[in-house]
Amino acid sequence: MDIPFLYETLLKLLTGVPLTLQLAVSSLGLGAILAVILALARLSGLRLLAWPASCYVFIFRSTPLLVQIFLIYHGLGQFHGVRASFLWPILREPYWCALIALTLNTAAYSCEIVRGALLSVPPGQIEAARACGMSSFTLHRRVVFPLALRHALPGYGNEFILMIKSTALASIITLMEVTGLAAQLISESFRAIEILIVAAAIYLFINFIVTRLVQWAEYALSADLRPPPAALEQGGAL
Amino acid sequence: MTDQLKPAVRLTELRKSFGAFEVLKGISLEAMEGDVVSILGSSGSGKSTMLRCINMLETPDSGRIEVGGEAIQLKQAGGRTRPADRHQLQRMRASIGMVFQNFNLWSHMTILENLIEAPIHVQKRPRADCVDEAEALLEKVGIAEKRNHYPAHLSGGQQQRAAIARALAQHPKVMLFDEPTSALDPELVGEVLRVMRALAEEGRTMLVVTHEMGFARDVSSKVVFLHKGAVEVEGSPHEMFAAGRSDCFRQFLSGSNGLR
Ligand SMILES: Nc1ncnc2c1ncn2[C@@H]1O[C@H](COP(=O)(O)OP(=O)(O)OP(=O)(O)O)[C@@H](O)[C@H]1O
Ligand SMILES: [Mg+2]
Repeated sequence: MDIPFLYETLLKLLTGVPLTLQLAVSSLGLGAILAVILALARLSGLRLLAWPASCYVFIFRSTPLLVQIFLIYHGLGQFHGVRASFLWPILREPYWCALIALTLNTAAYSCEIVRGALLSVPPGQIEAARACGMSSFTLHRRVVFPLALRHALPGYGNEFILMIKSTALASIITLMEVTGLAAQLISESFRAIEILIVAAAIYLFINFIVTRLVQWAEYALSADLRPPPAALEQGGAL
Repeated sequence: MTDQLKPAVRLTELRKSFGAFEVLKGISLEAMEGDVVSILGSSGSGKSTMLRCINMLETPDSGRIEVGGEAIQLKQAGGRTRPADRHQLQRMRASIGMVFQNFNLWSHMTILENLIEAPIHVQKRPRADCVDEAEALLEKVGIAEKRNHYPAHLSGGQQQRAAIARALAQHPKVMLFDEPTSALDPELVGEVLRVMRALAEEGRTMLVVTHEMGFARDVSSKVVFLHKGAVEVEGSPHEMFAAGRSDCFRQFLSGSNGLR
């Protein structure tokens, strides 16, 4: 093994990590907001809101992310209306196209996670909140979302990991994140295996951290599922 | 309990249908301040629905609901009745304490957090006051040592006492109980009934849907018997249990597990 080469490759690929993380974090954040809106629309009971949301989820879950990225990057430019619009400076940038595609895609998946989590909130606890005079906003902020978050976290952790890996597809529209840099190095050095192993190790490490963070959050939010502190102190006796 | 001739709750001609099925067929009912009204009736007679109309967890199709002399404003919209003023509704709900059959404590909050939630986030009272008061209430219902536990760590009886304390923490004008002991193991019923008796002795206004005949007879100032969505008979517990003024009610009493 050529350790110095691997080390050199690692240093080069690490410069792509900020872009990888930026794409993942931004798309997950924006996607989460969109997902909550979509889930609330689907659960609203109003067909005018629920139906478009369902269509959206169906379309973005049923088509490959790679195709979505291509369509947004290459496809939108075909329309004169888009090229003439004020959005064109954004839509012709590969960065924004990748971010938009990743966001729209994760929103569709997360919508289903959020919807399931909202449905899991016990109706009795919502009723108790209404009965004590909470506004709809307070009710969601204090009761519904905290309970739904606890339910969504394991599934959402999965989505975090998937999105970290999905950012690799942004390299196809010339973004120099970890995979983009790896592809570039391969074309210069033709040492594909070594470079790809280093790239894989970087993703592995990022996702190791992400997994740990999700586990920590799950633990922090599940005090009610563990034995009470007194039971632990007294050796299980209540 | 002395009547001060101020109605704490007054329901007038309350009607409610689910689809074609009319559950409440024009119910009128009055509870004076300090009254303990026991609401009896067989399953499906509309007891829960009536109680839930008082704080608008169900919206009646027609009729009038007054709590503490103030009527809940209703409006007709799109062929349905709805609360007319969201803020009024929220304010009125905050003045009505509700105790559910299944406790419905917020499972992600400790018992203390459950008690201070509405006082802080609905009534906007200072946190320190709310905590002091909540601790006193937990002391009163006998679960002070559980303040930092989560609902899942409490027995049913303890959860229900916590739920009663949660309702009390809002300084309600009226307390509504919907079968507060029905989900409990028999040996836990007593501890909840004791708390409710203590509240009655304090002169709290309470509307209690219950199958506990002993409580209805000994504690209430008035017993109301619902049958098929209408008030069949009502009267003092003495009148109701001694004479059994309606055939229906007599039948109901003999069918229930008697006077415990
Ligand atoms: N949300 C609802 N939708 C349709 N029907 C309902 C609904 N809630 C109650 N009902 C019906 O209304 C009737 C009265 O219900 P309610 O819960 O008020 O009875 P209850 O007197 O409280 O009975 P129980 O002693 O079993 O609690 C029942 O026949 C019930 O099936
Ligand atoms: Mg009922």
